[in-house]
Amino acid sequence: MATQQTQAPVMTELAGQTLMALRTLTEDNPASLDTYIKLGGYSSLKRVVSEKTKATDIITAVKNSGLRGRGGAGFPTGLKWSFMPRYFDGVKYLVCNTDEGEPGTFKDRDIIRYNPHQLIEGMAIAAYTLGARVGYNYIHGEIWQDYEIFEAALQEAKAAGYLGENLFGTNFSFDLYAVHGYGAYICGEETALIESIEGKKGQPRFKPPFPASYGVFGKPTNVNNTESYASIPWILQHGGEAFAALGVPNSGGTKLFSVSGHVEKPGNYEVKMGMPFTELLALSGGIWKGRKLKAVIPGGPSTAVMPAEAILKATMDYDGLSKAGSSLGAGSMIVMDDTTCMVKTLQRLSYFFYEESCGQCTPCREGTGWVYRVITRIVNGQGKMEDLELLTSVSNNIAGRTICALGEAAATPVLSFIKHFRPEFEYYIQHGKSMVEGK
Amino acid sequence: MLSPEATAKIEYELTKYPADQRQAAVMSALRIVQTERGWLSKESITEVAQYLRIPEIAAMEVASFYNMYDLTPVGKYKIAICTNISCMLRDSDVIVDHLKAKLGVDFNEVTPDGKFCLKEGECMGACGGAPLLIVNNHTMHEFLTPAKVDALLEELK
Repeated sequence: MATQQTQAPVMTELAGQTLMALRTLTEDNPASLDTYIKLGGYSSLKRVVSEKTKATDIITAVKNSGLRGRGGAGFPTGLKWSFMPRYFDGVKYLVCNTDEGEPGTFKDRDIIRYNPHQLIEGMAIAAYTLGARVGYNYIHGEIWQDYEIFEAALQEAKAAGYLGENLFGTNFSFDLYAVHGYGAYICGEETALIESIEGKKGQPRFKPPFPASYGVFGKPTNVNNTESYASIPWILQHGGEAFAALGVPNSGGTKLFSVSGHVEKPGNYEVKMGMPFTELLALSGGIWKGRKLKAVIPGGPSTAVMPAEAILKATMDYDGLSKAGSSLGAGSMIVMDDTTCMVKTLQRLSYFFYEESCGQCTPCREGTGWVYRVITRIVNGQGKMEDLELLTSVSNNIAGRTICALGEAAATPVLSFIKHFRPEFEYYIQHGKSMVEGK
Repeated sequence: MLSPEATAKIEYELTKYPADQRQAAVMSALRIVQTERGWLSKESITEVAQYLRIPEIAAMEVASFYNMYDLTPVGKYKIAICTNISCMLRDSDVIVDHLKAKLGVDFNEVTPDGKFCLKEGECMGACGGAPLLIVNNHTMHEFLTPAKVDALLEELK
């Protein structure tokens, strides 16, 4: 069976990292097909397709791996796969979400530009497992040069016989295409993304029905994040248990953390789930300019901001961050030093959600603008103390009252910034200027 | 009339979708025509809609929803700079001020010689390289400093 472990997996250590999704990074020409094949690439796909491995066995391996959706929601991937209808008379679709637009998130970009073939192999295995005939990788329009790298990799894979008709002489066929967004954060939401693939405005659909029953062109569709699909070849090569053992209970595997903001070496770091925050911070060079840590948004702005004392004790995994009062999200760690004005930072974030609200649901469309205007009033020195209650109340009335999760995402920064840094907001309102200015 | 180069590219995009789903190619068709013409006039959007055999309003809805489509002229070089949180924390405001002073324009304005337009962008998904900007939607420049911006503007003469 596919998940049988023949030898101990070799993990590549790159300056304290554990490279799995980015395992080609140790090589000279990481994105090339030759490099990927040299590292054992496409062997899992070839094996499951040629040996006609049962779909249920593959899903079991993915379930055993403990892999959870790497796009931010953390939903178990194996369980999601089991929602796809087994028997369906017509084309089923596979979609990959490479639409990174949540501030601080840039991990999937490195997968498509440095290790595109692992993603292609992962999607092909998923297509075989779920009976999908056609796949789309929806890529953020702003990273155009990386879109072109991925399109070139698709051509390479097709020419080498890893995509297309009757793969490995079997009746399994899979066509995979790159498609792109063009500047809309909301398209990271899976049903908005599906609308966008269909050539429409990216406005989320009501769920249910979920994409597994009504997705692209109204057909059953499985949507996963880039990093999730890219984990599949490794899981089938080394076994679900080996993948789970890389991490900690409830958080299997490695995770790519995008570290940005006030660190010496911003960038992506792939480490074992459960790494203490302090180690990850050290990997990224520590706080820049010898300053002190003030706060961290651990998983992108839709996860709650954490003051230094909370994050310094946390481990980087689903349970670790949730116990510490926030969540892992997409692993987009935004680091802020002690010169950061939390009021102005929140103003910028609230402008983002206002700008990116798709306008479909009234609480989000009107609420995000309201929040932005109130925070701007505070920044302009015209704030009133009751504005803090107003911000909380408006945010609470956005969250949970919208079709998609952008409502919660917009409310979370407001609620968590005010909760953890209230004195800074009060100071700004009382003095008409920032507490940290002039430092 | 769409150019033969543009229609060839749109035809390639259409191969990605079922034959009865021509609207799906509207995102790339608008991108292709904009890249060729610099921006999307109402006439350009109509031509795309006609080529794809979809209602004009369907193409217009898409062109006006996604912020990388430009429905007004943006000069020879559109410079979109990200000012979102990760870029802001790494002093994107210094780069913005430098660009505004150097070009003599504010956001959404075109220089009198029609060469440059400055836009404020939203998160471009490359925050590790902050601060950063994109020229004409498709070329990203990361780890910006005022000196790097000067060199870039020199290059774009």
